[in-house]
Amino acid sequence: MSTRLATQGRLVNRDTRMEFTFNGKRLQGYQGDTLASALLANDQMLLGRSFKYHRPRGVVASGAEEPNALVGLGQGKRFEPNQRVTTTELFDGLSASTQNHWPSLEFDVGEINNSMARILPAGFYYKTFMAPRFAWKHVFEPVIRHSAGLGKAPKDKDADRYEHFYAFVDVLIIGGGIAGLQAAKSAGDSGAKVLLMEQTPHWGGRAPVDGAEIDGKSAEIWVGDTLQILDKMDNVTIRTRMMGAGIYDHGYALGYERLGDHQPDAGLPRHRLWRIRAKQIITATGAIERPLSFAGNDVPGVMLASAVRDYMVNYGVSVGDRTVVVTNNDDAYRTAIALKQSGLDVPAIIDARPIVTSPLATKALQMGIRVETGKGIAKVKGHKRVEGVQLCLQAGEGSIIEEIKCDAVAMSGGWSPVVHLWSHCGGKLTWDEDHAFFKPDPTRAPTGDTGAAFVMTAGIASGDMTTGAVLENADAAGKAAAKASGHIPRRFAAPKAAEEPCDPMAPVWMMPQGASYDLRMKMWLDFQNDVKVSDVQLAAREGYESVEHTKRYTTLGMATDQGKLSNINGLAILADSLGADIPQVGTTTFRPPYTPISMGAIAGEARDEIFQPLRQTPMHEWHDTHGAVWEPVGHWRRPYAYQQAGETVEQAVHREVLNTRKRVGLLDASTLGKLVVKGPDAGKFLDMLYTNMMSTLKVGRCRYGLMCNENGFLSDDGVVAHIDEDTWLCHTTSGGADRIHQWMEEWLQTEWWDWKVYVANLTEQYAQIAVVGPDARKVLQAMGGMDVSKEALPFMAWADGKIGGFDTRVYRISFSGELSYEIAVPASQGQAFWDALREVGSAYGMQPYGTEALHIMRAEKGFIMIGDETDGTVIPQDLGLHWALSKKKEDYLGKRAQARSYMDNPDRWQLVGLETVDGSVLPDGCYAIDEGENENSQANMFGRVTSTYYSPTLGKGIAMGLVHNGPDRMGEVIRFGKPDKTFVEARIVDPVFYDKEGEKQNV
Amino acid sequence: MKRYSAFAIARQALNGHQGWSRAWAAAQPKKKYDVIIVGAGGHGLATAFYLGKNFGIKNVAILEKGWLGGGNTGRNTTIIRSNYLQDPSAAIYEKARSLYETMSQDLNYNVMFSPRGVMMLAQTEHEVRGYKRTAAANAFQGVQTEFIGPQRVKELCPIMNIDGPRYPVLGALWQARGGTARHDAVAWGYARACSDMGMDIIQQCEVTGVRSEGGKVVGVDTSKGAIDCDKLAMVVAGHCSDLAHKAGFRLPVESVALQALVSEPIKPCMDVVVMANTVHGYMSQSDKGEMVIGGGTDAFNNYTQRGSFHHIEETVRALVETFPMISRLKMLRQWGGIVDVTGDRSPILSKTPVEGVFVNCGWGTGGFKAIPGSGWGMAELVAKGQSPLTDAFGLNRFTEGRFIDESVAAGVAH
Amino acid sequence: MLILTCPYCGVAAEESELTAGGEAHLTRFGPDSTDADFQSYLFTRKNPKGVNFERWRHANGCGKWFHAARCTMTLEVFGTYPAQTTEPPQELLEKIAKKRPGFTAETAP
Repeated sequence: MSTRLATQGRLVNRDTRMEFTFNGKRLQGYQGDTLASALLANDQMLLGRSFKYHRPRGVVASGAEEPNALVGLGQGKRFEPNQRVTTTELFDGLSASTQNHWPSLEFDVGEINNSMARILPAGFYYKTFMAPRFAWKHVFEPVIRHSAGLGKAPKDKDADRYEHFYAFVDVLIIGGGIAGLQAAKSAGDSGAKVLLMEQTPHWGGRAPVDGAEIDGKSAEIWVGDTLQILDKMDNVTIRTRMMGAGIYDHGYALGYERLGDHQPDAGLPRHRLWRIRAKQIITATGAIERPLSFAGNDVPGVMLASAVRDYMVNYGVSVGDRTVVVTNNDDAYRTAIALKQSGLDVPAIIDARPIVTSPLATKALQMGIRVETGKGIAKVKGHKRVEGVQLCLQAGEGSIIEEIKCDAVAMSGGWSPVVHLWSHCGGKLTWDEDHAFFKPDPTRAPTGDTGAAFVMTAGIASGDMTTGAVLENADAAGKAAAKASGHIPRRFAAPKAAEEPCDPMAPVWMMPQGASYDLRMKMWLDFQNDVKVSDVQLAAREGYESVEHTKRYTTLGMATDQGKLSNINGLAILADSLGADIPQVGTTTFRPPYTPISMGAIAGEARDEIFQPLRQTPMHEWHDTHGAVWEPVGHWRRPYAYQQAGETVEQAVHREVLNTRKRVGLLDASTLGKLVVKGPDAGKFLDMLYTNMMSTLKVGRCRYGLMCNENGFLSDDGVVAHIDEDTWLCHTTSGGADRIHQWMEEWLQTEWWDWKVYVANLTEQYAQIAVVGPDARKVLQAMGGMDVSKEALPFMAWADGKIGGFDTRVYRISFSGELSYEIAVPASQGQAFWDALREVGSAYGMQPYGTEALHIMRAEKGFIMIGDETDGTVIPQDLGLHWALSKKKEDYLGKRAQARSYMDNPDRWQLVGLETVDGSVLPDGCYAIDEGENENSQANMFGRVTSTYYSPTLGKGIAMGLVHNGPDRMGEVIRFGKPDKTFVEARIVDPVFYDKEGEKQNV
Repeated sequence: MKRYSAFAIARQALNGHQGWSRAWAAAQPKKKYDVIIVGAGGHGLATAFYLGKNFGIKNVAILEKGWLGGGNTGRNTTIIRSNYLQDPSAAIYEKARSLYETMSQDLNYNVMFSPRGVMMLAQTEHEVRGYKRTAAANAFQGVQTEFIGPQRVKELCPIMNIDGPRYPVLGALWQARGGTARHDAVAWGYARACSDMGMDIIQQCEVTGVRSEGGKVVGVDTSKGAIDCDKLAMVVAGHCSDLAHKAGFRLPVESVALQALVSEPIKPCMDVVVMANTVHGYMSQSDKGEMVIGGGTDAFNNYTQRGSFHHIEETVRALVETFPMISRLKMLRQWGGIVDVTGDRSPILSKTPVEGVFVNCGWGTGGFKAIPGSGWGMAELVAKGQSPLTDAFGLNRFTEGRFIDESVAAGVAH
Repeated sequence: MLILTCPYCGVAAEESELTAGGEAHLTRFGPDSTDADFQSYLFTRKNPKGVNFERWRHANGCGKWFHAARCTMTLEVFGTYPAQTTEPPQELLEKIAKKRPGFTAETAP
């Protein structure tokens, strides 16, 4: 059984007990425990079920590479699936539940898949479930989906908050083992701004566990001393519980800091995502131990040798009473020795190497541990827990020499440097024959904006396997990074470590070497995804030879651990199957993040109300408190209508239209774009931008103008006012202000840079209010001030003056066809001016109206709306706007485009008015349908509805649309198809439905 | 070719699956082919397949500089839909969608086409009108779609927050017969079928030059030597500009990075595909349980298959807002692909200035869903010089001003 | 996440401060141009694998348009320069040629 020892446990505080629940069971651990160590201390070895075969699984590792032991953590709004118990810190009140089983962890019906494993090899689903055709969607897929997946989906909205953080540093160091610490010190000594991060809560990495000696001190002491030095350096920032999640182009890196996971009630943001810009990045990310591939290597109780050691030294937990160690390298001997020193039984060290003579081996033998060289494990006995191992010759086919009883197996297949971060941004790898691993190739590092390398490695991540070499390498990296970021490194020497002579490891990719199929189909490579040696061999046999093909066909390395344990072992099996060398086969691409990071952290603070910026006009709050039904227009909110008690939104819209047409209405038009264009060449510039001639517009007058893009399509419209000799004010659509401002800047800066023109976007400087309707003038006259008579301020004129004591600029322009004044006041005066108008206007029955009434009234007048009549494929000629295309100008943006054969063509869909024969409202967006079909069996279409409304003014449906040769077909009745494929008939009419002569706006 | 079936698997189980043969043969180039297709992605392989199946042209080589299906075919978010607005788009995407329905049977390879339904959310009045327009057009284009209200959206996708404070869901364009498929399987299935017809799929074979005589193509130079051909189809997506340059012409195409990501797998919680264009993000759940998420493209030319993280942030932010429950899920893996974007964001299936050279490119962010339709039309274009499916997608449209613009119906992402 | 130095304000700008504007040094063709020239101006792009001369705007900064020479394969930035020019500065072309053997003025715009 696994249990807590009376001694050891450098990271736990035995004075502080913590209570937690596991599948509803109340258990206890210590402060400093991980959930994994606490569970093991309570003899909870079975911790989950695998993805495909639902095999019982226990914890394998002690860190971020753990593939098996994933649990659901927390409850309700704080429930999170798929949390690794090995990286979850224990806290009082933690609640965890296991996943991917039904009805229980101990008894899982899904395990039937395990007994069918023979007929469920890699990729079996590509070869079956094909008949009958609809069975995939309705039968097979639901079964597979429910069997697959890991944890439960969270149901609720997250109760926690997240934040983003920026950092700009000279040197970023990822990994707080002795290499990272030394690199930070060496870089920090130079005065460079350093950020050092460590993903766990503890500094020092493996060195203190492995008992390294540095400068004559224990690693533990050295780590403490070094931290003190770093603490005193103002230029060095250090952070624990912060993982280097990804490295991106030009020195961008992500840090994922876990602030609240271990203290959910501390009121802190749960995670903080650091967006870091570093001149140089050092990855001191250490190495991960590899499993060995022997039959039954997935039975709970089979663990990485380093993990067994970690649980004992760090947490005082023994994973078993009798632990067999199986290895191909010296490091696992440390585990055996440590176990023996703690008084635990090590029945044997099974070493695949034929001869071992190193000091570690000698020490083990001296301690009385049986060492079996040249041997391997044929098979692990046990189902939910290891019961024993079958010893065999490594060179053989698996004939059983002896059965050794044990309740744990500590395995080591060697180590692989963590090269993920190095690789994220293009760093290349090289194969190290001696250690049988890929390591970063410093000659092919990721390069940054200058073309120079910006990532280097330190410590074991470089492929250096002894403490002395690690420190030397880290010191050099720290100094080199400081230098590359513009600092002068100090000449302190690297610390020295005691020699650690080792025998070379032997690459062992399969145990035993000649294992039968039955054994190979029990040798797990990817524990979580249930990929075995036999699966990779099958993929190779079937031609999925590329490492990417094999990965995708077998799902090797695609589990939540992203192949941290399985990658190299799988590659080696593939290479062997193909008769190729491992480096020739290559690796799959390493993608960020290093370990999964929460979506909440990625999203950051921008949620709900502040999800995106919100733009408000000066009268926003008034609208909000007076029944505004909001409509998003870009980042603006505009009142769609003002709903009164007892009426529907539609009724409100109709009331607003009628009131404006009969009496007077009030519109907040502040969102309209207002661009000032000024300079000696401003007129010339506007002549290029607009299709109309703007330079000849008289000062004091307004003109409606059209803008096209270079591709000829209509992009914006609005009224231009000529302010003084070299100043124009261009109104744009609400959604178009920023776009058109940028458009103007682009042409002025990149094409006509010698033209003397300035553009300023004044949209938010003014509140603009339209007073619209037959009584509009009366209201303004009652306000008192400037002369707004027809003579003083005729239609399409503007003037500055005072109204009701306010400084205003009044434009006599109309988008409704009524007598209309659009009045601009400084934004700060907007609400006051609105209130004053309301007060005076109430005697005239003035009511505010929203965007929908605006739209209806413009449609009644046949005015086009950008975005309705236009959609990026419509040219002014389509809309009967020839009058706005200046014939006098040689050039304007879009002119050349409109001369192309498909555009300079009368045979296009053109604007008309439409009236249904029965007076009903045409459905939105429906198409005019002709007889017959085209070559692709689609109905022939020859027009479409662009705007359609019920007109309260006229008491019937009105619409505009684009119809093939429409203006030549006045009076013709055509049919429009509804989405339900029925038809509605409509007559082609003049698009101006109301006040065709324009008398009402020109009074 | 050994037929795949449950019985075949059971039989193989008895001998340790030793009897499975290669899915596609390892081929070396012959001296000459009737047609060479450059690019063994979905589109190239589908072109080859329908050349053989529909036109009996089987002396075909498919050259691939990397590994087959290793480009955008294996990097996309696997959405299949045909609810496009413009006639030519609706025609080719609907052809593709209908071919996906029978693809597993046609290829005897389970591509796991799952017609679980695709919805495109309308979150502004403008989008509502745009999608109503699309539904109206689709009704007469032979594409089954409907505009549905917010309550129906919620029923179909209960994890969605339809009352978001900023962009409440006003409705959606719903295509019940859209869905997803297993992307790799599409490439592998076509490859197996092509190989079975005797075609040569030659991987690790990079085209280094295009040879022509008198304005007509005669062959290609490759990393495995010169190969002659009568016709050449370039189907290389993001690399089309480079290949066209080798053939002596330029294309109205830019290559940019598009990114996607998946979450860790969870038990089924979402049975439909959701696309939210106002906030820029789309999401579905794979059969494995991962939430598959796609977002926007970078705006600058890029061949690195790495994108910028701020696009990932934008996408995830949008989806956390739309699906609040994903906040506590974790991003497992992000990646990028290089997509080829044309001037009107619609693809090019066209003859080229070099006689005998045809190009199929410009699918931008929407290529996967089109694979079988694209292959069908491209095969006809190569075989006969003309196809109703591809006519509108010619290069000449950029000169004539005859664009196929899908962005008009509020649809930004494909 | 690119960094480009704005040649106007001197800021080493984050990509999120910038907007990309496509190929640089295009010649605008107007009313009397041929169909081919006009088509090419609007749509045909070099889209090179290698050094690209391209337009950027320091949108969330000083607002200025500028040009950059950037490799599309490695994302190395060789230099940035103001947009008020029809061709890249000679010294930039020399710098690129030095770093990229085989790069000649012909491959530049």
